[in-house]
Amino acid sequence: MIERRKLAKWLVVLVALHGLIACAGFFAPYDPVEQDRELPYARPMKLHLIDTQGRVHMRPFFYPLRIREGSFDQYDEDIARAMSLKFFGEGPRYRLLGLVPCRLHLFGAAGARICLLGTDGYGRDQLSRILYGGQVSLLAGLLGAGITLSLGLGIGAAAGYFGGWRDEVLMRLTEPFLALPWLYMLLGLRAFLPLAVSPLEAFLLIVIVIGAVGWARPARLVRGVVLSAKERDFVRAARGFGAPNRYLLWRHVLPETSSVLLTQAAILIPQYVLAEMTLSFLGLGVPEPLASWGNLLANLQQYSVLTSYWWMYLPALAIVPFFLGYLGLASALQEWADPFKVEGGRERSMG
Amino acid sequence: MRFLSRRLIHAALVLFGVSILTFLFTSLAPGDYFDEMRLNPQIAPETVAALRAQYQLDRPLPVRYARWLNSVVHGDLGYSFSYNSPVGPLLWVRARNTLLLTVTATLLSWGLALPLGVWSAEHLGGFRDSLISWMMAGLMAVPDLALALGLLLFAARSGWFPTGGLASLGFESLSPMNELRDLTLHMVLPVVVLVLTALPLLVRHVRAAMAGVLDAPFLRAAQGHGIPRRRLLYRYALPAAANPLISLFGFSIGALLSGSLLVEVVMSWPGIGPLLVEAILSRDLYVVVGGVLLSTLFLVVGNFVADLFLYWADPRIRVGPVAK
Repeated sequence: MIERRKLAKWLVVLVALHGLIACAGFFAPYDPVEQDRELPYARPMKLHLIDTQGRVHMRPFFYPLRIREGSFDQYDEDIARAMSLKFFGEGPRYRLLGLVPCRLHLFGAAGARICLLGTDGYGRDQLSRILYGGQVSLLAGLLGAGITLSLGLGIGAAAGYFGGWRDEVLMRLTEPFLALPWLYMLLGLRAFLPLAVSPLEAFLLIVIVIGAVGWARPARLVRGVVLSAKERDFVRAARGFGAPNRYLLWRHVLPETSSVLLTQAAILIPQYVLAEMTLSFLGLGVPEPLASWGNLLANLQQYSVLTSYWWMYLPALAIVPFFLGYLGLASALQEWADPFKVEGGRERSMG
Repeated sequence: MRFLSRRLIHAALVLFGVSILTFLFTSLAPGDYFDEMRLNPQIAPETVAALRAQYQLDRPLPVRYARWLNSVVHGDLGYSFSYNSPVGPLLWVRARNTLLLTVTATLLSWGLALPLGVWSAEHLGGFRDSLISWMMAGLMAVPDLALALGLLLFAARSGWFPTGGLASLGFESLSPMNELRDLTLHMVLPVVVLVLTALPLLVRHVRAAMAGVLDAPFLRAAQGHGIPRRRLLYRYALPAAANPLISLFGFSIGALLSGSLLVEVVMSWPGIGPLLVEAILSRDLYVVVGGVLLSTLFLVVGNFVADLFLYWADPRIRVGPVAK
């Protein structure tokens, strides 16, 4: 029972986090590619409740930033103009969940831009870019993990169920994939795919690359489960009754692998999100103007950005709650699948 | 000895497989280093064709692979197009720097993980155990990219550590003592990142392995004999728990190599990582293949060292049939 409750808790956390990113359009005040050349590298704006005269406002308000004379990235608060925050107001158009056209935003302001996490070199709102970038990064992780797990399931089940030379060949094939450091593998594979492509193509490309690299470990785990499952009495009985292979696999053998697959998914997804971040950070992933957590961080490779604009580091922190959530989910899943095992035997699957 | 020779053959096979894999990817590659030249109207198509013929890019794949393999066996890793020099020496300098980083990080992380894990297992379920577990879970939730950038940010703002590179300007003019000091200062940040990202996994495994052994009857007997606690833990219990940990040692090298690639790029450490990324971006074929192969070699050597350890530490392998 305790395992169940733990599992439910982590699932709720993860659903909430993903919901936040999935509805990025609603939570983000601006479009992620909307530029404001008046506000490059503006620092995060502060929200106030008490103004300079000591009056308390009911709504949080902010002072718009004004560029300091003779500088290009130093700002002063324009204390004369207190702009109050507008909740649930109309703002730029977006599509909710990519489908429903919508203009409703959680917050916004009329007359001046409110950038709670600052802006980048083109004056694009960092908060909006982080939220929208999460969509790209998380989707890459989810799709990549989906590809890996289907490859692993197919190959592992074929090896385990049919055995013989097929098993031998497939398992030999996993060895170099298990042996290589995954990042080298990722780069090696990425090296020989086209570099200059449209953002969408680049996204699909790296999803496939990420998904194709990690199949070996799930395949081995699935094979192990299938090997033991196919010798179970009820499977033998079904075979004795003349059930065809396809039925046996689909009905009796593959369902046994579900807990292994779920646990693997919880381990793989955050790693694949990180893989996307790493590739994009290195300039091999999703290109501008599309935002992803990785290419947002790529700005930090310029030394001047690193020293002067600390808020450009914030996208790196965005992944931490997701990592925490998935780690919790993975350990809860393991306890749920095998409550008597001493915890601690978990390996990172991408080595 | 049969065990070791088997592992050696296995290692060679892995290397061979990886070289074929990386070469195979090249055949899938659209375009090569000379594509940009072809777009340049000032360079005659014949020149480009001659250059491609010179580097034998116009030959079919198996021929290229065979020739490359032949030259690798003779110690020549091919030629870098963009550096205009042989790949071997180029990689060698970088490999030394990468090794400096990874070997230090491996030693440090194991040197920390063993006592922490043993300590945690000794107080299994207690306050100290859960304190360590929580700390490790916290570390695990911070990915290496975030950690490396965060530390770099910290270094840039505090000015306590150099923000990248391997040596300061004017390194050559320093005295040997100061040279060492300068190098150490530059190494601190990358090594800290590598150690901190490797640590949680290692500590968990050490703890789990030790927890399994500490209940064993022979240890209770030893305790009953009045053998001091530290000797009991490190002299008696740890060797018994060593088997899975030694396999993990080989595995941790792979993880560290991956991690170090990223850390090197972030902290501009002149190792294999930045070279490889540059080579990929400019389609410098032999540098990529050589770099991937070299890191596989490190990994295979690391795993072989782990196997040697295993052979030394586990008498079952020496006498019985090969366990796995």
